[in-house]
Amino acid sequence: MSDTQYLAASTIEEAVNAHSKANGSARFLAGGTDLLVQIKSGIRKPNLVIDVKKIVELNSIEEISENEFVVGASVSGVNLNRNKKFSKLWPGVLEAFRLIGSEQIQGRASLGGNICNGSPAGDSVPALIAAGCIALIAGPNGKREIPIEEFHIGPGKTVLDNGEMLVSLKFPKREINSSDTYLRMTPRTEMDIAVVGCGVNITFENNVCTAARVSLGAVAPTPLLVKEASKIMVGSDLNSEILDKVSKICMDLCDPIDDKRGTIDYRTKVAGVLFKRATLTTIDRIKGN
Amino acid sequence: MAKIQVSTKINNENVDYLCEPHDTMLDVLRNQLELTGSKESCGSGDCGSCSIILDGELVCSCLMLAAEAEGSKLETIEGMSEGGKLHALQQKFLEKAALQCGICTPGFLMASKALLDHNPSPTETEVRFWLAGNLCRCTGYDKIVKAVLEVAEDMKESA
Ligand SMILES: Cc1cc2nc3c(=O)[nH]c(=O)nc-3n(C[C@H](O)[C@H](O)[C@H](O)COP(=O)(O)OP(=O)(O)OC[C@H]3O[C@@H](n4cnc5c(N)ncnc54)[C@H](O)[C@@H]3O)c2cc1C
Ligand code: FES
Ligand code: FES
Repeated sequence: MSDTQYLAASTIEEAVNAHSKANGSARFLAGGTDLLVQIKSGIRKPNLVIDVKKIVELNSIEEISENEFVVGASVSGVNLNRNKKFSKLWPGVLEAFRLIGSEQIQGRASLGGNICNGSPAGDSVPALIAAGCIALIAGPNGKREIPIEEFHIGPGKTVLDNGEMLVSLKFPKREINSSDTYLRMTPRTEMDIAVVGCGVNITFENNVCTAARVSLGAVAPTPLLVKEASKIMVGSDLNSEILDKVSKICMDLCDPIDDKRGTIDYRTKVAGVLFKRATLTTIDRIKGN
Repeated sequence: MAKIQVSTKINNENVDYLCEPHDTMLDVLRNQLELTGSKESCGSGDCGSCSIILDGELVCSCLMLAAEAEGSKLETIEGMSEGGKLHALQQKFLEKAALQCGICTPGFLMASKALLDHNPSPTETEVRFWLAGNLCRCTGYDKIVKAVLEVAEDMKESA
C-alpha cells in the first residue's frame, strides 16, 4: 500500500467526488477491520483510502419519528449498543452486529463495512434483511434507496457503482408485539465465521403472526430473503407444522459451499434448525419471556 | 509522497507526528514515538497484543491508520502507571503471576483497564467475554481473569 493516499472526508459530497474521480481505485474506510486486513495481505491495493467516519450522516443514530430509526453506515457496534431504545426494539440486529469480533473490533466495526465488504457470511446482513432495512445510497448522480436483500449480487460484489457510498440504514417503524432474533452456527463458539446465519423478524398478536421476514446467510453466494416463508407464516399461529414447513423451504433454498468448516449437508440441515430456534426465541421475546 | 501531519494527545501529552498514509497507529507508536509497549503479534486484529484506548474505546492499533488519529486522545500501556507507581491492575498481574513471557500483557492490561473504566464490577463471564479478543499462549487465562476480578473487588472496598 506504499503509494496509497489518505483522505478524511467531512461531507458526503467530498467523499463521493473523490471516489468517482479515482475511477475505481479508491476505497471507503469505515472501521477498517476488513479493509486494513485486506490491504496488509495484498488482496486490495487502493490508490486512495477515503475515511468516512467524520461525516455526520454516517456516524449518527437518529430516531426520525417514534420507533423509527436511521443508523449511519459507519456507527460502531459499541456505539449502537449504547442506544438503549434501539437495542430494545431491534435485539436481533444488535445481537448480530455484536457477534462481530472482539470488544476491540466492536470499537471500530460498522454495519456499513459489514454489508459493503460483501461476504456471504457477514453476520449483520441476514438480521438487516429480516428487519426490512433500506440502504440509503449517495453517488455522483444523486441519492437512491434499495432494500438490503437486493444489495449483494455475488460474493464480494454489491450494487454500488463507482463513486457510490452507503450513507445509512433506514429501519421500518417498529410495530408493537414485534421482535427479531439472529442466530449463527460456528465451529468454534466465538471469533469464527458463520457456516449458517439466520435472521427472523416477526409480529405476533393474540397468537396470530401478522408479519414475518426470514433471512439466511452463508448458505448461498449472497444472503437470502426467504420470500415463501412470509406467505406461510402470516395468518398462522406458528405451530410446529408451520415451522416444519418453513424449515423445509429454508433447506431447499440452500446452495452452500462445501468446505472443512461445514459440508453442504451440514449447512443445509443447520439452516432449517436455526430458522426454528430463531422463530421460537422471537416469540419468547415478544411475549416478554 | 507528502507525509501527513497528525496532532494527537497520547497519555495526556500533546504529540504531533508525520506519517505515511499507509502507516498503522502501531507502526508509529513503536517505530517513531518509541512507545514499544504495544506489541505486534498477528497484525490482523485477532490477538489484541496491540490494544490501545482511543477516545475512550478499546481498539487494535494494528487495524487503524496513524492518519486516523488526528484530533484523538490515545492511551497506551506506557501511560498506565502514574509517577512510577504501578496501576492496580499491573500490581495485581505481578502478584497473581498473570503473565509469563509477557508479550500479551500490555494488551491484556489495556483491555482490562477499558473494561473496568466502563464496568467497575464485572462478573466472571463479563470479564471472559471482554477479554476474548486477547490471546495468551502461556498462562491459560485463569490467573488473568482472577487478577481482574480481584482488582474490581479491591476497588469496591476502597470506594
Ligand atoms: C478479528 C476479527 C473478527 C471478525 N469477526 C467477524 C464476525 O464474527 N462476523 C462478521 O460478519 N465479520 C467479522 N469480521 C469482519 C469485519 O470486522 C466486519 O465485516 C465489519 O463489520 C467491517 O466493518 P468496518 O467498518 O471495519 O469495515 P471496513 O473494513 O472499513 O470496510 C469494509 C469494506 O466496505 C467498504 N465500505 C465501508 N464503509 C462503506 C460505505 N459507507 N459505503 C461504501 N463502502 C463502504 C470498504 O471500502 C471495504 O471494502 C471480523 C474481523 C476481524 C479482524
Ligand atoms: S497485533 Fe493487533 S490484534 Fe494482533
Ligand atoms: S504471557 Fe506469554 S502470551 Fe501471554
